[in-house]
Amino acid sequence: MSLLEVRSLEARHGLLPAVRDIDLSVDEGERVALVGANGAGKTTLLRTIAGVHPAASGRIVFDGKDVTALPAHRRCAMGIALTPEGRRLFVEMTVRENLLVARSSGRAGPWNLEAVLQAFPQLEPKLGARAGDLSGGQQQAVAIARTLMTNPRIVLLDEVSLGLSPIAVQGLYDSLRVLLEMGTTVVLVEQDLQRTLRVADRIVCMLEGAVVAVGRAAEMTREQVMGHYFGSRSSVQHPAEARP
Amino acid sequence: MIWINQILQGLLLGGYYALLASGLSFMFGVLRIINLAHGSLAVVSAYLLFVLADRFDLHPLLGLIAVVPLMALAGWVLHRLVLERSARAGALVPILATFGLAIVMDNVLFEGFGADTRSLAPYIDTLGYGSWTLPGDISVGYLSVLTFAVAVALLGGLHLLLRHSALGRRIRAAAEDPDTAQLVGVDARSVHAIATAIAMMTVAVAGAFLAMRSTFDPYTGPQQLIFAFEAVVIGGAGSLWGTLLGGIVLGVAQSVGAQINPQGFLIAGHAVFLGVLLARLYVAGGIVRWIRSLRAHAA
Amino acid sequence: MKTGHGVVSRAVVDRWTSASRLAAAGVIAMQVLLTFGPFVLSANLVDRLTTLFIYGILALMWNALAGYAGLVSVGHQAFFGLGAYAAVRLADAGLGAYPSLLVGALLVALVALPISSFMLRLRAGEFAIGMWVVAELAHLLVNLDTLVQGETGTSLIALQRFAADDRRAYTYWAALAAMAALAWIVFFVLRSRLGAAAQAIRDNEEAAASIGVRVFASKRLIFVLSAFGCAAAGALWVATSITFQPKTYFSVQWSAYMIFMVLVGGIGTYEGPIIGAVLFFAIEAMFGATGVAYLVGLGTTAMLFALLLPRGLWGEVERRTGWRLLPIGHRLRE
Repeated sequence: MSLLEVRSLEARHGLLPAVRDIDLSVDEGERVALVGANGAGKTTLLRTIAGVHPAASGRIVFDGKDVTALPAHRRCAMGIALTPEGRRLFVEMTVRENLLVARSSGRAGPWNLEAVLQAFPQLEPKLGARAGDLSGGQQQAVAIARTLMTNPRIVLLDEVSLGLSPIAVQGLYDSLRVLLEMGTTVVLVEQDLQRTLRVADRIVCMLEGAVVAVGRAAEMTREQVMGHYFGSRSSVQHPAEARP
Repeated sequence: MIWINQILQGLLLGGYYALLASGLSFMFGVLRIINLAHGSLAVVSAYLLFVLADRFDLHPLLGLIAVVPLMALAGWVLHRLVLERSARAGALVPILATFGLAIVMDNVLFEGFGADTRSLAPYIDTLGYGSWTLPGDISVGYLSVLTFAVAVALLGGLHLLLRHSALGRRIRAAAEDPDTAQLVGVDARSVHAIATAIAMMTVAVAGAFLAMRSTFDPYTGPQQLIFAFEAVVIGGAGSLWGTLLGGIVLGVAQSVGAQINPQGFLIAGHAVFLGVLLARLYVAGGIVRWIRSLRAHAA
Repeated sequence: MKTGHGVVSRAVVDRWTSASRLAAAGVIAMQVLLTFGPFVLSANLVDRLTTLFIYGILALMWNALAGYAGLVSVGHQAFFGLGAYAAVRLADAGLGAYPSLLVGALLVALVALPISSFMLRLRAGEFAIGMWVVAELAHLLVNLDTLVQGETGTSLIALQRFAADDRRAYTYWAALAAMAALAWIVFFVLRSRLGAAAQAIRDNEEAAASIGVRVFASKRLIFVLSAFGCAAAGALWVATSITFQPKTYFSVQWSAYMIFMVLVGGIGTYEGPIIGAVLFFAIEAMFGATGVAYLVGLGTTAMLFALLLPRGLWGEVERRTGWRLLPIGHRLRE
């Protein structure tokens, strides 16, 4: 049985469908990447799984239990944790307070303040600083660390490299390696395709709210994935080859 | 000497205003709601204590042991039934809903207790009229000092709660970003209701001191709301210690004004309030711009 | 309208539909008919209609401020009281009773200008109570005037120059004229650029500013208009009751009435406040004498509407049917 099962899920923004009839399974320990152009529905899907966006229809089953009607904080208590797009730190609170408040999930596990600082050592000197005063890369580190403090069973990472310099992104993924090596179940949305193909086990391509392709990361090429960004059924052809 | 006495009395009066305003300030800081029923709720607390004193001979400060939890529960219910809904509906609705609530409460009290003014002063003996005499013929009432001390203690307690406790962190997180708070396991709805309950506990205490220091009737609420609001705004909305400062400034302004003219008590208070508002809107902005222009010249 | 190869059909924007033309004609007819009131109706009815007109003015003005500029004020009794005070003072100074009503209201509108300068910079909750503080201060300052004699108050003595029937008729016409004038002013303002600006501000202030809407100027105009209207209402009230007791005129009760009328009628609609005023008038006629229970009922109803039916009665009707009796919007026609 999968850890997370999404069945026929639909979600809307007002009247506009953002997620259409999606089926998705994630096994324990798996690393799944959601890819697709902006507006494909990836963020909405993650938010609906986490419980901050209402599902219009369909079911979300976590660890055998139907959580579709549960509010977000109860899902967090069960082990679903989302690092939201745009970081969304509590900017008026200190870094330490941002991390400590995540203990509200009430879950036991390996992640506590010490463990999180070991994974993200750059945060140690910044513990007393106001979260809003940190650099982009540091804020992203706090956001991920905060998610880990909830001791999740499944981590949903939404565009964690957005707006960061290549060095900062590298640092971030170095820290994430700890998480990944622990065998934590991860679903991530990531624009950097090279990195995605290296980190993930399975790739799910989305277009306009629906899943258009699924494959093992090892078997897909960058070109194939990019093809699905724009909706072509076959892989992208070189213009020179397209002439009869 | 008269002026020093007036200023001192004003300072102590400020303690009462700070106590009264602490709940309003807390709710505004945490829930971003201005509760127009604030004053009326303090009067409800005063009447509850009056009933306990009148029927059961219970000293008001002892009566608080029963009234504070009762008001906390009332606050929790108030949030779940009224405030939660109105906050979702937009910025105007909480104002209208709490205003309606104030009108209902004032008039229900009138139905229940009639127009007579009441006071808890007869039930507290020396606390009400005893005083220390300081050099220079200045007398300082026991009750005034106690009020001030309770105000500082309460504000200090709220500060400690918010800054140094797990609940305080949850309250602040839910106040800043309820959605993200949910994502890290904070039940924002429940936390907001608890915050309202805490605010109502301070209102209960304020109601006790209102009734002990002066008379009250069913329509005393609005006047108290205005004083509390003025104290919060003078001190800077969103700052707990600012509320203490605001209360003191208001108290001193009123006391000094009373010396000048019998009507001066209230007029001076309102005038200082508007003055501070104007200063904050025009002068403060002007000072900031002036400093910036100095920096630009220096660069 | 040509359609065909390569020519795009152009939609036509209508401001008047046949239904709304009918409605407008109906309103004008009604206003003309009402003018004959004092000749055909009983004294009691004339008095009551005068009261209804004054309620209508108050509802219209509060709605303009809250529904179109998005500003909830719990202190507009300030202008109501100041309008009455100005009328009494001017009449005492020698200006005739009825001219005093108008000039008094205009003076109050002038005073509202500087008040708006800083009050409008406040945020929602602060503005609401801030206006209440202004009302309290106005009350206190008016009490200082020896003419008013503190809470004892005074009277619009100049009115006694007229016979009771004449006074009733003149006041009735003044109230009718004021209400009609203000209603048409609000109507044309809403149809103008200012109206569109106000709606934009209400929906999203930042977005409105970014497309060049002069947010502050628009709000200020509506604020001053609402002050003028409330002042006129106060002046008219003193013309009906003759006595001026500050406590009555500066009471927050007036805000409660305004809020009730507009919330129940339909905030932000044009027809709403009028419906609210009629309803309020009827309820007061039926239950006003029951005293405090009546106020409890008003407060509870206002709360329930705020929480459950924030669009008010006409707002709900408009939402479900799309009716608009008087055309303040635009209709697209192919």
